[in-house]
Amino acid sequence: MLKVEGFDTYYGQSQALRNVSLTVAPGEVLCLLGRNGAGKTTTLKSIMGLVPPKRGRMSLGGVDLTGLPAHRIPKHGIGYVPQGRRLFAEHTVRENLEIGLMARGTGREAMERALGYFPALRERMGQRAGTLSGGEQSMLAMARALCLEPTIMILDEPTEGLMPSMIATIRDVVIRLRADDVGVLLVEQRIDAVLPVADRIAFMDHGEIKAELGIAEVRADTSILRTYLGVG
Amino acid sequence: MGFGPYLLLATLEGLVQAAVLSITAAGLSLVFGVMRVVNVAHGEFVMLGAVIAWFTASLLTGHPAMGFAAALLVSPLLVGAVAFASERVVLRRLDYNPEATIVATIGLLYILQQTVLLVYGPDARPVDPPFYYTIRFPWFGYSAYKLFVIGAAIVIMGGIWFVLQKTRAGLVMRAAQYDRETAQAFGIPVDRVSAWVFALGAMLAAIAGVLVVPIQQAHYLMGADPLLLSFIVVIIGGLGSMSGTVLAAVLVGLSDGIISMMFSPTLAKMVSTLLVALVLVFRPNGLLGKAAR
Ligand SMILES: Nc1ncnc2c1ncn2[C@@H]1O[C@H](COP(=O)(O)OP(=O)(O)OP(=O)(O)O)[C@@H](O)[C@H]1O
Ligand SMILES: [Mg+2]
Repeated sequence: MLKVEGFDTYYGQSQALRNVSLTVAPGEVLCLLGRNGAGKTTTLKSIMGLVPPKRGRMSLGGVDLTGLPAHRIPKHGIGYVPQGRRLFAEHTVRENLEIGLMARGTGREAMERALGYFPALRERMGQRAGTLSGGEQSMLAMARALCLEPTIMILDEPTEGLMPSMIATIRDVVIRLRADDVGVLLVEQRIDAVLPVADRIAFMDHGEIKAELGIAEVRADTSILRTYLGVG
Repeated sequence: MGFGPYLLLATLEGLVQAAVLSITAAGLSLVFGVMRVVNVAHGEFVMLGAVIAWFTASLLTGHPAMGFAAALLVSPLLVGAVAFASERVVLRRLDYNPEATIVATIGLLYILQQTVLLVYGPDARPVDPPFYYTIRFPWFGYSAYKLFVIGAAIVIMGGIWFVLQKTRAGLVMRAAQYDRETAQAFGIPVDRVSAWVFALGAMLAAIAGVLVVPIQQAHYLMGADPLLLSFIVVIIGGLGSMSGTVLAAVLVGLSDGIISMMFSPTLAKMVSTLLVALVLVFRPNGLLGKAAR
């Protein structure tokens, strides 16, 4: 169980997160929705220690991770797919995956399992990541994070700019991860991208989580979406 | 001596320059690439390498090859240790802020220079080459040691390529260079990597210092030229691009060597500087550099 309590995060003087708390249980998909600049990415970066929060606590499976330097966090089993993929573009596909393996010292079997989700990558192992198609880059970003055999996967707009068929592939992977008891924290801007996979939805605005609802409540009353997202 | 042989001689001299320069500039390029730190003290690491080579050689009596071999080991280790300490004590505390580290490394430059002046004195002192052997061309004789320097540079550059491209340490360094943030999100301790890279860059400078000292003599002010030329090379080659650095070192070394011999050293420096200006105007990212992200 990933537990975040009361994150306050700043960029210099300006406060980007206000008292953000959330939990992700194993085998659960929590979606974080919000407009541009709501603070979704900042929430994920605070969890990853990349933009350390000024206040707040975090734990994973009962282990306190508060204040750990960024490079010590993945060792606890958090796989991260950053916004815009952030692949090592000049490295080969294989090297990108090897960097994923290094994070926790996982072995070849972990790479095999990650490739099992995205068999198409097998034919590209020697190719430079920057030369992959957009869809392949998304797959590689997911596979790289899966290489560390995460218990929690953190995905920042993984479907951004993808064709519908690719979006379906990513969605299927999220569903498989949930079945494998991995907890997923999924950030998206569009509600239709998450409705089929979410267990709970948290709405974010101006650095705050305004509401958190179970998927049944959202399905039952779609006017909620208008309230929090300004969309129908 | 006819024009042909004279050109051959000038080319050889240029290649020796290029050899030493490529090693020095590779260090500067590595440090800038991974840490985004412009190390103004880089030339002083060359100087320190040369001076330590002199001390080592003068402590070890016997065959000059012994002293030289010892220097090739001791110099980089000591200089690397100095660099590692400066990184931990100074650069890291500045959070690698680009402007602050420039000022800090200028400070380091003076500290190293003045310390050497105090301990070693103002004289230029020679170190014997490991072997005296002259290769006889039909038109002139040429020092075999200088050819050895060219060979050593090729081996060292090959070594750098191998480490960067084929080892785990190299993969980690390239990842940290490409994207510090994402590297950390995958468990790479970018901070610690930086300290090692800074030491490694200084060790390369020290090796260059040991290699030139039989040709050039060790002197406390000898760091200025390698610094300027390395900057020129790194800018022409493209910041952070290792293959660009090698290409530019060969270009600058050759043109500097040839023009120095055929015309004058001043004209050679002018041409190099002009080359930088042209590159900055027409290819702001350098010959093989990539657009800034
Ligand atoms: N590096 C930074 N420095 C200063 N301010 C930043 C930085 N990154 C983000 N911000 C600010 O913090 C706020 C939250 O940004 P964040 O990137 O977390 O939003 P987001 O919800 O992920 O938006 P998007 O949907 O566009 O990705 C915004 O106001 C943004 O301008
Ligand atoms: Mg974002």
